Amino acid sequence: MPDTTTVSESTSATPAFPMARTCPYALPEGYTDLRGKEAPLQRVTLFDGTGAWVVSGHAEARKLLADSRLSSDKLNPGFPAISVAEKAHRPFRTITELDPPEHDTHRRMLIPAFTARRIQEMRPLVQKIVDDCLDAIIEKGPSVDLVAEFAVHVPSMVICHLLDIPYEDHEFFQAMTRKITQERGTLDEAGIKQVLGETWGYLDRRVTELENEPEQGLLSLLATERVASGTLEHHDLVAMALVLLVAAQETTSSTLGSGIVTLLEHPGQLARLQADPALWPNAVEELLRFTSVADMGTRRAAKEDIEIGGVVIRAGEGVIIPNLLVNRDPKVFADPDTFDVGRSARTHLAFGHGVHNCIGQNMSRLVLEVGFQSLFTRLPGLRLAVAAEELEMSPAGGVQTLTALPVAW
Amino acid sequence: MDVSVDQSLCQGAAQCVRSAPQIFDQDDDGLVVLLRQPGSPAERAAAHVAAVLCPAGVITSGGPA
Repeated sequence: MPDTTTVSESTSATPAFPMARTCPYALPEGYTDLRGKEAPLQRVTLFDGTGAWVVSGHAEARKLLADSRLSSDKLNPGFPAISVAEKAHRPFRTITELDPPEHDTHRRMLIPAFTARRIQEMRPLVQKIVDDCLDAIIEKGPSVDLVAEFAVHVPSMVICHLLDIPYEDHEFFQAMTRKITQERGTLDEAGIKQVLGETWGYLDRRVTELENEPEQGLLSLLATERVASGTLEHHDLVAMALVLLVAAQETTSSTLGSGIVTLLEHPGQLARLQADPALWPNAVEELLRFTSVADMGTRRAAKEDIEIGGVVIRAGEGVIIPNLLVNRDPKVFADPDTFDVGRSARTHLAFGHGVHNCIGQNMSRLVLEVGFQSLFTRLPGLRLAVAAEELEMSPAGGVQTLTALPVAW
Repeated sequence: MDVSVDQSLCQGAAQCVRSAPQIFDQDDDGLVVLLRQPGSPAERAAAHVAAVLCPAGVITSGGPA
C-alpha cells in the first residue's frame, strides 16, 4: 500500500503536534527544536496522521495572520484539527471561525462594547471584584489554591457583568468552559458534543430571557438592538455569547495563574515591580508574551498557494501559528526566554493578529493588571506552597493552564 | 508622509488609542478616527507605534520621525 508508506515516512520525519507544556512558561523541548531550524515554517504531524505547517517566525506569523488567502473556517478540509472532538459536526459556527465579510459584520456589532473608553470605565468595577476576592482569600488563608479561588473567579465576575450572565451559575459555566478549552485535545466526539450541547442550551435559554426582559449588559443590548430589528439571528447571538464566555473566561484565568507563577519564580523581576508600580502595564505585556496561553488558538487553512519564508504553503494545507513559539523569536525579542518586565514586548502575538485579533484584549489587560498588582500588593509575602516542579499543566492542544496553584503567605 | 487611516478595515482593537490618544480616537461604533496629524517627533513616533501594533493594517504612517 504505497499510501501507507508515504504517511509513515512523513510521520517519522516530522514531529507530532500539539506538544505538551510541563511548565507555565518554559518552551516544550519540541518548540526549541522547531525554533532552531533554519526555515521559519516546519512540517508537523497531527493526531490523525495528516501534516500541517507550524510557524516559528514572528514576521511570518504577522504576515500570515493578516493574509486573506488563509481561512479560519474549521469546515475547510485542510483546517489543522488537533483532535477527533474538533472534527465533530457542530450545529453552529462562532465569529472565530468565520471569514470576512461575514466575520466583519458580526465583529462590528461587538466592537462598541470593547472600546478603550468603555474598558477604562470598567476599572473601578474590576478593582472592586479583585479586592472582594482578595478579602475572601485572606479571610480563608494563609494557604489557598489561587487557580480556584482567584484566577477563575475574577474573570467570571467581570464576564457576568459584561454579558448579563448570572454569577450564581458560575460553577456550571466554569466547568463547561474548562472542558471546551482545556480538554479540547483529549475529549472524544461524544464528550465534546455533550459539553457544547449543555452550554448551548444554557445560553440559548439565557438569551431568550434577555430578549424578553433585557438587563444592562452586552447580550441585552444585542438582543434589543439587533435581534429585535432582524439584523442578527437569535441563533447567532447565542453563538456570540458562547464564544465570548469561553474565550474570556479561560484565557484570562489561565494567564492570571501562569503569570503569578512566573512572577513568583522571578523574584528579582517582582521586586522591580514592587519598587516601581508604574511598570505593571509593561509587565502585563511581557507576561502575555511569556505565558502565551492560547497557544493553539491561531490555526488556518490555505485557500490558495502562498509563498513565504522560503516554502510554499499549498492550497488546502493547514497552518498552525503557536503564540508561545512566535513570541520567543530571537529576531524580535532579544534573549527571548528571559523574563524581563522592563522590555518592550508590545508586538507580541498573544492576542493574535489580523481580523481575528482578540476583541477582549483590552479587557484582559485591565483584569490582568489590576489582578496581579492588587494580589502582590495585598500579599507581598506570597509564595508557592509546593515545589514549582509539582505544578501541573492542562493537556496539550487546549488553552494552556495550571490545574491548581497552591500558595501560602 | 502624512498619517492616514482606512476605517473600512478597522477591527476595533484600540491599539492606536492606547499608543497615541492625541492622534487617534474611536467613534461611537468603536471605529478609528484620525483626530489630527502628529506634530512633534514624539507624536510621530507614537503614531508609528500605533501603525505597527494595529492588527488590521488600518494605519499608514510615514515612519517614526
